[in-house]
Amino acid sequence: MDLTPALEIFIAEAGELLEQMEQSLLLLEHRPGDRELLDAVFRTAHTIKGSAGMFGFNTIVAHTHQLENLLDLVRAGEVALTPALSALLLRCGDHLGTLVTPAVDNLPLQPAVSAVGEALERELAQYLPALPNAVDRHSMAADVALLLASGAPPATPSAAALPTSLAADYAVFLASAEPALAQPAALVWRIALQFGADVLRNGMDPLSILHYLGTVGEIVNLTTLWGRLPPLVAMDPESCYLDVALELATTADRAVIDAVFDFIRDDCKIQLTPPSSQVRAQLADLAALPEGPSKLGEILVAAHALTDLELAAALAEQAAESRPPVAPGGPRPLGRILVDAGAVPEPVVDAALERQQQARLAKAQDSKLIRVDAEKLDQLITLVGELVIAGSGTFALAQHAKLGDIVESAAALLRLVEQVRDNALSLRMVPIAATFQRFQRVVRDVSLDLGKDIELVIAGAETELDKSVVERIGDPLMHLVRNAMDHGIENAARRLASGKPARAKISLNAYHDSGSIVIEVADDGGGLPLDKIRHKAIERGLLAASANPTPQEIQQLVFEAGFSTAEAVSNLSGRGVGMDVVRRSIETLRGMIEIDSTEGLGTLVRIRLPLTLAIIDGFMVGLGAARYVLPLDVVVECMELSEADRCFVSERGFINVRGAVLPVVRLRDAFALNDATEGAAAHAQGAVLSRRENIVVVRFGALKAGLVVDELFGEFQTVIKPLGKLFSYLQGISGSTILGSGEVALILDVPGLIKRVERTRPPGRVVA
Amino acid sequence: MQAAAQGDGAGAEHQQYLTFRLGEETFAMPILMIKEILEYPDLTNVPLMADCVRGVLNLRGRVVPVVDLAVRFGRPQSTPTRRTCVVILEVHADGEQLDVGIMVDGVNQVIEIPATDIEPPPAFGAKLRTDFIRGMGKVNGGFVVILDSSTVLSIHEIAALGATTA
Repeated sequence: MDLTPALEIFIAEAGELLEQMEQSLLLLEHRPGDRELLDAVFRTAHTIKGSAGMFGFNTIVAHTHQLENLLDLVRAGEVALTPALSALLLRCGDHLGTLVTPAVDNLPLQPAVSAVGEALERELAQYLPALPNAVDRHSMAADVALLLASGAPPATPSAAALPTSLAADYAVFLASAEPALAQPAALVWRIALQFGADVLRNGMDPLSILHYLGTVGEIVNLTTLWGRLPPLVAMDPESCYLDVALELATTADRAVIDAVFDFIRDDCKIQLTPPSSQVRAQLADLAALPEGPSKLGEILVAAHALTDLELAAALAEQAAESRPPVAPGGPRPLGRILVDAGAVPEPVVDAALERQQQARLAKAQDSKLIRVDAEKLDQLITLVGELVIAGSGTFALAQHAKLGDIVESAAALLRLVEQVRDNALSLRMVPIAATFQRFQRVVRDVSLDLGKDIELVIAGAETELDKSVVERIGDPLMHLVRNAMDHGIENAARRLASGKPARAKISLNAYHDSGSIVIEVADDGGGLPLDKIRHKAIERGLLAASANPTPQEIQQLVFEAGFSTAEAVSNLSGRGVGMDVVRRSIETLRGMIEIDSTEGLGTLVRIRLPLTLAIIDGFMVGLGAARYVLPLDVVVECMELSEADRCFVSERGFINVRGAVLPVVRLRDAFALNDATEGAAAHAQGAVLSRRENIVVVRFGALKAGLVVDELFGEFQTVIKPLGKLFSYLQGISGSTILGSGEVALILDVPGLIKRVERTRPPGRVVA
Repeated sequence: MQAAAQGDGAGAEHQQYLTFRLGEETFAMPILMIKEILEYPDLTNVPLMADCVRGVLNLRGRVVPVVDLAVRFGRPQSTPTRRTCVVILEVHADGEQLDVGIMVDGVNQVIEIPATDIEPPPAFGAKLRTDFIRGMGKVNGGFVVILDSSTVLSIHEIAALGATTA
């Protein structure tokens, strides 16, 4: 009875399909005549209508139906795909998106939404005058649906749903009472449907199925078979006993008809018998088949003579026959079974067999995909993380116990676990393509808004990165792209005056670079006006009037809070909240952002992100008894703190490293760790003064600094555990990890630490 | 009783409470929000946090913060003894549920306090911030203070405390 899983799939699929439709439509704007794209748009619309029909979401079906009618005309070349029409189609797609949630939640539409829908349908209808029939038929179908829906709501498939099978007959009667629509050219398929006993319990409505079948073709004849109906006392009112034999006049091919039964396939027996005139078409299909499948069944499926499910059923039958007791003469060959079942006519099987002889062994290497709940994946990765921790704990123990054999086997185990970890992490990696593609629409819409002609060029869309990063990179990228369009790119007149093509270019590029992923947003606009930024910065007190910064330093100023040089605040950008928000969100992803602009030529914003957020290579240091971990990629070098430097550190906060000045931070001071309490144990050992200290030189961006710590422990595989909400204001510590001993160690956030120290120190003493 | 009903919105439901000691006083918390009780473990100190955050511990692979209830109530830091325990509680913040440990001087027992035996917190005169108190439970002729976890362990408040001391 629980429909939720099916509905969840519907929601997810509808989202994906609408996205696909949008992409195809956008591509169509560049390649107006592309038949394949047009077909793709049509297919997506059709699929949405199909699945919505299964659930009885009439608002979606009605709207998609209109869309489909129009697309059909476009495909037939009767209506030209003008920019205006394409914009209308895009808006229809958006509208469909808004229809999904209310439909699924069974809520009435908000008046505003239905008004939009009506307006869109009126606009669609303007393109449809040549086909009044189609419109009429649709409204009639909707009326019937409404009539029936008022009698028995399809959303409550309970005992009350049984009468709907009677209503189904009624609906079919209605449909067959329309002889005017019978198409002479149509082919008559014979379909036998045996609805399973659980159909109603699973929330499927036979009426909806038949009703939807009516949209594929014309149901010209229908007989209800009562054979399965038990005596009244034995009847379970929640079970379905309906069998139907019907004839369907349609020009649609087998796959389309078969798709109607997608949602009831598991429960029902369905038999499709093709019309005889279909045989010739199938033979032709067979001859035209490209080389590929090598099995009889696959060939037949590829030639649309058979569906996968019929094939599976026939194969199951064959398997059953090959089990003892074997009939005399052995199990029937597949072709025979299919012919006997009436699924495929004999000549087609013969032709296919011939074809099979010629077929090569070249196999189609389809990429097979499985949908997995992201949460399950996260659980797996958490577990694998635990495994890594436990593994290194075992290894450390084995080493400690000095048992050669066990050390060896623990090492082997650890290697395997690390491989498992790498594999598990790669499961979370998704291509950035989906995120990038979204911007096609954004660039199109915004450039229309701004009256600029802008083209988006995407490169490296196949670059993979962690799903959680992908999810959170969208908003910052949106800011950057909008900024580039609004501020970066000049208007056409200015572009032409400066010798650039009128059509501006924005490019999104992604690539891997030494353990991190780089995403670039570039435009060929006016670049950052250095003088203006400088003035503004001085005005806002971000820069001393006497300062003489390099162009790079000036450019980085745009990332400061409250900074905008736009004269006019547009509805897109210019409020000065953009860039610092972008920087902050990139930093929470442990990434960095830099800007590289040449005045008059364009701007490039480069974002560098870690590949994953779950595990890092760490470098462990000790401070008294506590352990801290630094991300290995920020560590430049380590050195001992000499006695002379020690005084320097406490007096001036920097030391001289091979002739260069290095600002140094005592981690103990930065964390306000009290020597008196924390060092009590050390006191007991009389070690406080003679304690050796070390410096870890770290780098973030162009900034280098030294951290004074007690001990260095070296590299360490670090599974990151977030510290949680309670520590959300904490600067200088980004998370925690669990050591092999079970102890918790904190992960240092170097940029945060440096910033903290910069702030608490008197200004002018930190040298970058 | 009204106060109890306002607390977590489930006031009348749970009538079982865990009582524990803090210095000389006895406090109680509804049993339903208590996940487990641990012997006082080695904690990892987190620098720059509010004083009442004693540190974090490893709870079977998860990192759980531990709050020193004495410091949270404005008293001097408690020193761990043989009887010191960490009680792991489930608290809610912004629709998320998270685990927080509280450090107490000793765990007493689980008792039943009928809703009718719970008085509203005194308007004044309590040694504790009144909003920390969800009600006064009558037990054996005396009173135990039933704590309101949503204020005592307010994630926002404790996190913000850390931001100001830092």
